[in-house]
Amino acid sequence: MKLTLKIWRQKNAEAKGAFVTYKMDNVSPEMSFLEMLDALNKKLVEEDKDPVAFDHDCREGICGSCGMYINGHPHGPVPAVTTCHLSMRYFNDGDTIRVEPWRAKPFPVIKDLIVDRSALDKIQTAGGFISVNTGAAPDANSILVKKKDSDDAFDSGICIGCGACVAACKNASAMLFVSAKISQFALLPQGRVEAKERVRAMVDKMDVLGFGNCSNTGACEAECPKQIKLTNIARMNREYYKAF
Amino acid sequence: MEKFNSKIPDGPLARKWTKYKASVKLVSPANKKKLEIIVIGSGVAGAGAASALGELGYNVKIFCYNDSPRRAHSVASQGGVNAAKNYQNDGDSVYRLFLDMIKGGDFRSREGNVYRAAEVSNQVIDHFTALGVPFARDYGGTLNTRSFGGVQVSRTFYAKGQTGQQCLLGTYAALNRQIKKGTVTMYPRREMLDLVLIDGKARGIIARNLITGKIEKYAAHVVVLATGGYGTIYYLSTLAVNSNGSAAWKAHKKGALFANPSFVQIHPTSIPQLNEFQSKLTLMSESLRNDGRIWVPKTKGDKRPANEIPEEERDYYLERRYPAFGNLVPRDIASRAAKERCDAGYGVGKTGLAVNLDFMDAIKKQGKKAIENKYGNLFDMYKTITGMDPYEEPMRIYPAGHYTMGGLWVDYELMTTIQGLYAIGEANFSDHGANRLGASSLMQIAADGFFILPNTISNYLADEIHVPKISTDKPEFEEAEKSVVEKLNKLISIKGKQTAASFHKRLGKIMWDYCGMIRNKEGLEKAITLVNELKEEFWRDLNIPGTIYELNPELEKAGRVADFFDLAILLITDALNRNESCGAHFREEYQTPDGEAMRNDAEFAYVAAWEYKGEGKPHILHKEELKFEEVEMKVRSYK
Repeated sequence: MKLTLKIWRQKNAEAKGAFVTYKMDNVSPEMSFLEMLDALNKKLVEEDKDPVAFDHDCREGICGSCGMYINGHPHGPVPAVTTCHLSMRYFNDGDTIRVEPWRAKPFPVIKDLIVDRSALDKIQTAGGFISVNTGAAPDANSILVKKKDSDDAFDSGICIGCGACVAACKNASAMLFVSAKISQFALLPQGRVEAKERVRAMVDKMDVLGFGNCSNTGACEAECPKQIKLTNIARMNREYYKAF
Repeated sequence: MEKFNSKIPDGPLARKWTKYKASVKLVSPANKKKLEIIVIGSGVAGAGAASALGELGYNVKIFCYNDSPRRAHSVASQGGVNAAKNYQNDGDSVYRLFLDMIKGGDFRSREGNVYRAAEVSNQVIDHFTALGVPFARDYGGTLNTRSFGGVQVSRTFYAKGQTGQQCLLGTYAALNRQIKKGTVTMYPRREMLDLVLIDGKARGIIARNLITGKIEKYAAHVVVLATGGYGTIYYLSTLAVNSNGSAAWKAHKKGALFANPSFVQIHPTSIPQLNEFQSKLTLMSESLRNDGRIWVPKTKGDKRPANEIPEEERDYYLERRYPAFGNLVPRDIASRAAKERCDAGYGVGKTGLAVNLDFMDAIKKQGKKAIENKYGNLFDMYKTITGMDPYEEPMRIYPAGHYTMGGLWVDYELMTTIQGLYAIGEANFSDHGANRLGASSLMQIAADGFFILPNTISNYLADEIHVPKISTDKPEFEEAEKSVVEKLNKLISIKGKQTAASFHKRLGKIMWDYCGMIRNKEGLEKAITLVNELKEEFWRDLNIPGTIYELNPELEKAGRVADFFDLAILLITDALNRNESCGAHFREEYQTPDGEAMRNDAEFAYVAAWEYKGEGKPHILHKEELKFEEVEMKVRSYK
């Protein structure tokens, strides 16, 4: 395949960025999107030019490192995949592809397609845990959990923290991300003990860090590569009201 | 010899750890506050250790190269965590788990360490559950388990095919709690580039800030490496592409012995390579072998679609060769059997380098819903990558580099041969011998991080309470910093033509071809020549655009590849030295007439621990004899 890439290049947080156009020949439909970028970078490095910077690591859709806006969608146009799993077979010969970093005020650009997502860690640090010291746990089977609750907790717990929900949201809201963790713990007896403190601490932190509010457009759910459900936000709101 | 005091406590196996804990030196709460600990790596081992040490009251600094500790590659572990809970009433016990691991590791691990890992496994499950890890459950609310390769009980706790993710996130939560409390400080986007020794003791690190490129110095009373394995030496592997062996290698160059480097696990079930630019191989969990049946056509070169090949024309070769364990033989055996069939011309798919993993029988018997519940996310992942639907046709799989049993040599306390330097998790060589059983990685890394290190570290730190806060102004830090900058300058000023990744890919190919699943003397000797030639070309023709003092992923990659050249030579040297076949190390010259591994216990029942003697100089071999007091060394049979 032959492709035209329009990629956002920005030297650092202070610099003014711009789209730069690259022509790619010989893109194989079996490549992943990141492997296609690897091929571009190989060419650039061989020409002693600055390669395109992007975050990536596991390349199997689970670490949450990668993430970029591709043709107007976080992680590209295919639902329920991360950028590293986005196969080039979804594109056609001759396509022009626009690639941008996550755009959200709490995610400043570091370079090119890399943004600073440490705000997400700060929200987790505020309360995304169950307070149990190592060695203090009772026998695992002494805590009985309904299968349904446990399965639902798992479905919330699989968030990979990539930030696509924030990037997709017109308000740059992190509510899907935050509510996934709050839901996971709210559904489990281990997490109920500190449920009130947790939801207040995490929601407060989210606000302080400049994330916007939810206006129920559902873009986050539509774009989430792990299909985290909007109902998590409803549960978080319920937990929040209960916390006062 | 002093180098080899493995410090295994005396007494009966089952009482060693209890006895150790009861007699270990302790540090009082007031003194813990004065002691500083550096942890490198934020996976389950590193973050687990940092959280447990923070809970105890130590001052901890933890570093990772990713933007967040939650990205560490523990996240990608799929299948589960082993524990000897015996919730199934199927005859499991700590002792049986210990036996399975010793046998699975082909009698090349220490009895004392392995027994302890099995013993601690139950606490690991309790702790993860308390941290909110949503393990699979039964309708009555109790925890569920499944079976894994190499065992005949069901002891693997799991969270669909994402157990590692859930365990890592539970550990990350425990870490966050300590970060909030202020006992732990997190340093993301830092790469350790050297270890600093003062008077022979590990006292700090030199790290590069990966955003600014700034070279930073950090001091502490002890340093803990939790930096994972070096499986990316094969370039294509199931590991995260940025995983590397550099931190361990730097420690090795400073005096830490490197043990059994050639013990590398090739995982039998990964998605085969699809294109030339492929950057990694995606694992399909071993748990799939619970319900999937592995087969190739009985006729060479049969290119019919799998579903059109009738039952009687299929060769279920694992069930045929290993009737007792069938599709659940250990990984090393399953991998070699797949390679054997493909090399003989029975492989499937475009390249012929794949075998079928078929779920049609399981779907017929249990229904699609049951299979979806167990493996849904894995099936989806397979379809996303390959475009083929495993509910409709068999998966195609092939072995891939996965896990390194070898690593830094550590004693019972998990300390390396450098005083005050510990290695935990996959970074050490400790518990898996020559082959690791499935789901024992999460078990071991969690045991090391949460439960073992926090108990053993006080034995050393109790004698350090008089040592005041270490300053980074000491000349040792300046020297180390200077040498780091020199090395970086050397790399960046080569100004050749080729990328670091292109060298890495070629190195990986050499290692895969000559030092992968099957090795022989001639091939290994050839590999040394090829690696040295490639290394020479690397130092002549590498190109890194940009500068040191900025975000520069090409520079990061180049530094790791440079270390891999040296580690590759050691890996090959170790494989050449071990004139036997054991576990994952299969030397063609040493096999039984029916193609099984032939161990040589008389000459090789030892841990090969290698000492670095300087650039370009041969390593020196030290042998730690393995004594088996509890179990009898037997030929490992899964037939």
